[in-house]
Amino acid sequence: MKISCDIKVKHLSRVEGHGNIHIKIKGGRVTEAQWEVVETPRFFEAMLVGKKWDNAPWICGRICGICSIGHTLASIRAVENAFGIVPSEQTRKLRLLLKHMETLQSHVLHLYFLAAPDFLNTGSVFPLIKSHPDVVARAARIKLLANDACDIIGGRRMHPTTTVVGGFTMLPDRCKLESLKRRLEEAVTDLHRTAELFRSFPVPDFVRETEFVSLRGNGEYPFIGGDLVSTDGVRMKEHDYKKMTNEYTVARSTAKWARLSRESFAVGALARLNNNFAFLHPAARELSESFGLRPVNHNPFMNNIAQLVECVHVTLESIAMINEFLDNEWDEPRQAVKHKKGKGVSAVEVPRGILYHCYEFDSAGKIVRSDCVIPTGQNHANIQHDLTELAAQSASMGRKDAEIELLAEMLVRSYDPCISCSVH
Amino acid sequence: MPVDNYLGVPLHRPKVAFFEFTACEGCQLQILNNEATLLDFLSLVEVVAFREAMTERSDDYEIAFVEGSITRADEAKRLKEIRKKAKVLVAMGSCACFGGVNQLKNRFNNNKWVKEQVYGKFPVESEEARPLEDVVTVDLNIYGCPIKKEEVEKIVTNLVLGKSVSHPKYPVCMECMANENICLYKMGEPCLGPVTRAGCDAWCPGSRFGCWGCRGPADAANVEQIISIMEEHKFSADTIIDRLECFGGFKKFAGELKKRTAKSKSKKKRAAK
Repeated sequence: MKISCDIKVKHLSRVEGHGNIHIKIKGGRVTEAQWEVVETPRFFEAMLVGKKWDNAPWICGRICGICSIGHTLASIRAVENAFGIVPSEQTRKLRLLLKHMETLQSHVLHLYFLAAPDFLNTGSVFPLIKSHPDVVARAARIKLLANDACDIIGGRRMHPTTTVVGGFTMLPDRCKLESLKRRLEEAVTDLHRTAELFRSFPVPDFVRETEFVSLRGNGEYPFIGGDLVSTDGVRMKEHDYKKMTNEYTVARSTAKWARLSRESFAVGALARLNNNFAFLHPAARELSESFGLRPVNHNPFMNNIAQLVECVHVTLESIAMINEFLDNEWDEPRQAVKHKKGKGVSAVEVPRGILYHCYEFDSAGKIVRSDCVIPTGQNHANIQHDLTELAAQSASMGRKDAEIELLAEMLVRSYDPCISCSVH
Repeated sequence: MPVDNYLGVPLHRPKVAFFEFTACEGCQLQILNNEATLLDFLSLVEVVAFREAMTERSDDYEIAFVEGSITRADEAKRLKEIRKKAKVLVAMGSCACFGGVNQLKNRFNNNKWVKEQVYGKFPVESEEARPLEDVVTVDLNIYGCPIKKEEVEKIVTNLVLGKSVSHPKYPVCMECMANENICLYKMGEPCLGPVTRAGCDAWCPGSRFGCWGCRGPADAANVEQIISIMEEHKFSADTIIDRLECFGGFKKFAGELKKRTAKSKSKKKRAAK
C-alpha cells in the first residue's frame, strides 16, 4: 500500500500548451489528483465579431500551430455551410488529401518526438539523435514528407495559403504530386518500422470504461463532415453539435470542459477507430489487430497505437487519391462565393479529435457570433477522470513516486493534448 | 555532430532557450518543422529549454527565443525574469513582435465584453494583448505569422557567428515581382505586399493569396498610398481595415483609417438628413 506522496508537475513538457498535474496521496488514500489547464486565453470567438466572412478561416487557422490546416478547413466548411456552397468533388478530395497529410505529420510528431522519449528513457528526442540515429532519421523523413505535401497542396505547412472558401486559389503541380506519391509509397516501409518500434514498447495496463465520440463514416473512414456518434449509442447531426458537447466551465481550467452520456468522454484517434473500425484500410485494420486493438478499446494509452494505425490508413488512402488525380484533368479550382445571412456549423476530425466551428452571419456577410469547440477541450474532463483512477490504482499497488509521476505524464501525453488550442 | 570550426574560426555554441506566452506555439513548431536541416541547425546551438519538445530545463542560457504576446500579469513577470537571464532576447513571430492576431480583441476597447463573449460570467484573467517590447527591451525581431524557418536559420547562424543581423528594408512586392508572380491586384484581390517588410519571399502572394501584412511595415512604407490604391480598386474600407489590423504591425494606420471612415459616414448621414 502506498502511504504518501506529493507530486506536482508544473507546465508539463512535450505537450502543446500549459497544463499542471497534482497528485497527493496520504495514508494510502488519494486526497488530490488534478489536471489543471493554466493556458492564457486568446478570445478568438470574440475577435471574429464584426469581421467579414473571409477573415474567419485566415484568423481561425491560427488557433493552433499544429493543426492549423484542420482549423482552416473546419472554418471554411462552416462558412460554406452557412452560404449553401457545396464544394466540387475535386475540392472535396484535395481537401481530404491535405487533411491526411496534416494527420500524418501531427501523429508522427507526437509518436516520435513527444511520446517515444518516455519509452526510451530520455527527456526529449534530442539525445536520441546520438543513441538512436536511425529512429530520428526515420521520424524526420516521414514528417518532412508530410510537411512537404502540405506545402504542395496547401501552399504552406502551417497556416495554409491556398485554401479558401469556394475551393483553392491554385492547384498542386502535377510533377510534385507524382514525386509525392513515390515518397508516400516509400513511407509505408518506414511506417512498418515505426510499428516494430512501438511493438517493443510496453503499453501500460490501464483500462477505464469510457464513452468515445467521433464522426461516423458514410462508407469511408471519416474526416470532414458527417454524423456525430458515441460508443454509448448517441447519434446526432452536425448542426446539433452543442448537444453533443455540453460545454461547461471549471475553476481550475481556462479551457471549457465537455460531457455527454457520462461525466466525461474522449475524442481522438482511439475514438475514431472505436467508432469506425470497419472503414479502415484493410492493411491499417490488420496492423490494428496485430496490436490487439479492436473496438471498443478502453485503454487511453492505446491512443498512440490508434495514431499509428491512422498513419498507415491515411498514407495508403493518399496514394490512391493521388493516382486518381493524376488520371484525370484538373477542373476549375475555385467557385464564386455569394454571402448571405445565416448560420453554418462544421465538424471535422483533426489529429486530436472532433473539432466544431460555428458562425452566424448578418446580411452583409459579417460575423455576428462564433463558436469553436476544440478536441482537447472535450478531452480535459476525461483526462481528469483517468488521472483520478490512475492515482487510486497507483496508491493501492504501492507504486514508487517517480513511477506514478511518469505514468501520469505519459497518460496525459497519450491524449496528445493541444492545450493552447483548447483554450483559444 | 556539433561543429567546432567554421571556415577555420572556432565556433562558440551558445546556450539557447525557447519560451512561449499567449500564442499557438506554431513558431516553435516551425523550428522543429525543418526536418531536412534540423540536425545541422541543432549542432550550432545548445538547446537548454524547449518545453514543447523536451523535459530537461535549465535557467542558464544566452539567447532566449520568445513566442507569443503578453496578456496576463504572470506572463509579464516571467518575461522580465527571462530578460534578466538572457544576453539576447529575440521576439519570434507576429504575436511577440506586434501582438499578432491576439491584439484583434483590443480593438473593442472593452475587455469585459470580450470576456463575456467567450466565458459568460465565469471569471477569467486577461488584459490587453501586448507585444514583448511593451514589457521589456527586445534585441531582435523575427517577423512573420508563422516565422519562416529558412529566415530563422539564417538569423541564428549570423547570431552564432557574431555577424550582424539585418532585415530587408524593401517590401514583399519586390520579392513577388522578382518571382514573376501575377500581380494579385490584376486578379481582383487586395494585397499589402507593396508596404509589408520583405523576407518571406512573397509566401502568400506566391500562392495567389493576397498579403495581410503579418511582417509589419517595410522601411519608409507609403501606407497612405496603398490605401488609396485599394480604394481605386474599389475595395471597401472594411476590407482595407481587416488587412491592416489583422496582425498588429499596421495598427496605427488601421486606427487612422477607421476614424476617417467613421467621420465620412457620419458626414454622409448628416447630409442625408
